[in-house]
Amino acid sequence: MSKQIIVPFGPQHPVLPEPIHLDLVLEDERVVDVIPSIGYIHRGFEKLVEKREFTEYVYIAERTCGICSFVHGATYCQGIEQIMNIEVPERAQFLRVIWSEYSRLHSHLLWLGLFADSFGFENLFMNAWRIREDILDVMEQTTGGRVIQGSCKVGGVRRDISNEKLDAMAKDLDRIDRDMKNLTTVFLQDDSIRHRLKNVGILSREDAYHLGAVGPTGRGSGVAGDARKLGYGAYDRLNVQVVTDSCGDCLSRCTVRAKELFTSTDLIRQAVKKIPEGPVDVKVTGAPDGEYFMRAEQPRGELVHYLKGNGTKFLVRSRIRTPTLTNIPPLIKMLQGCELADVPVIVLSIDPCISCTER
Amino acid sequence: MNSGKQTTTSIDVGKLIGSVERFRNDGFRLVQIGCTKVGDLYEINYSFDKDYHFENIRIAVTADTEVPSISGMYWNSFIYENEMHDLFGIQVRGMNIDFKGTLIRTAVKFPFSQPPVTVTKGDKP
Repeated sequence: MSKQIIVPFGPQHPVLPEPIHLDLVLEDERVVDVIPSIGYIHRGFEKLVEKREFTEYVYIAERTCGICSFVHGATYCQGIEQIMNIEVPERAQFLRVIWSEYSRLHSHLLWLGLFADSFGFENLFMNAWRIREDILDVMEQTTGGRVIQGSCKVGGVRRDISNEKLDAMAKDLDRIDRDMKNLTTVFLQDDSIRHRLKNVGILSREDAYHLGAVGPTGRGSGVAGDARKLGYGAYDRLNVQVVTDSCGDCLSRCTVRAKELFTSTDLIRQAVKKIPEGPVDVKVTGAPDGEYFMRAEQPRGELVHYLKGNGTKFLVRSRIRTPTLTNIPPLIKMLQGCELADVPVIVLSIDPCISCTER
Repeated sequence: MNSGKQTTTSIDVGKLIGSVERFRNDGFRLVQIGCTKVGDLYEINYSFDKDYHFENIRIAVTADTEVPSISGMYWNSFIYENEMHDLFGIQVRGMNIDFKGTLIRTAVKFPFSQPPVTVTKGDKP
């Protein structure tokens, strides 16, 4: 047996956008074990439910993440609405779906850019982020914010989008689809990229399921789980296509995200066609008394907001289980047996968001 | 709004391993383990899912109760069990990977524990 050495990876590393630390146990260049550490930026957001009224906490929930912020806010609001039996107007439910899917587009394009950067394809990185700017422009035009939207509230949404604007957005998606098609063709068909990603960081379907892999990390191994199939918001009135790939390697996880760009634009078009006229919020009276586990599909996978109220304006507990937290054990499995040089690409392939994880 | 049915069953801590084993044998995946402070007790929720069917089991323990680890059945539970220890101070027995309080590096030890931790401005914990 070769001599084992431990190589620290992170929390600061050129390919890591956020601080996770891995102790890589190596035999020669091969990783034989991995010990993860997080906790560098734990913010204690969950504790703030004791200090902020439940209607104000949506601003905190949204700030859990700087990428999928809208989904955090919407998930929190939907959890409270479940506890309080609030019927949210249909138009607000469709608007939440539209903004959620724009968030997914923005997140996946951001990830594709970072992933291209991780294997040294800088031009592809810039092209992905160029398209992402168009998505962020729409978010800014419709909510007022590029990253933190603040457009969701308990009982509905704060802003409406005019039907003319919705039609213009749907029309513009044709151009964005063409740009994304050109982009994803390179990711999925370029020989050098396929060579770099194929058979790297393999996670079997069985391991993905039993280790709790969610989102594109699980779907890239053939686990067809997608919380949008629960039918929250207006998803029960839309045709949600679940994208899977069966190889379980880095290319599979990339393929799932690349294809999900087009399922998101399809969902936005469906929502624009079906969105009804009407109000976008209802008046909320009283305070939540009860508990609920609200599950939603974040760009990185299944998100769980556990909310518990006692009839006062302050919740007893908000527990946020983010997809990255549950994808860390599958990441350890992927890394065991890989080459040291493949570690950055494999870590990036789960799209780690430590900001979410350290809420 | 349809967000899927969910059930929560309260059990004694002594029946935890047997109950989790049934979920494992029935092919459920572990969704999360989460802790909530309720009065002098801690409620710990174990959430499972199979084909969008969501079930929870709940134990209520005191601060000095030792909770058995379920990592023998669900390897990935170590991430939640270490988190529960680091934030609430819950003692978990038999974890497959025990970070011994270093998974989440908080400025104060067990910040969500009972009695409530208070830090005043200017204090250096």
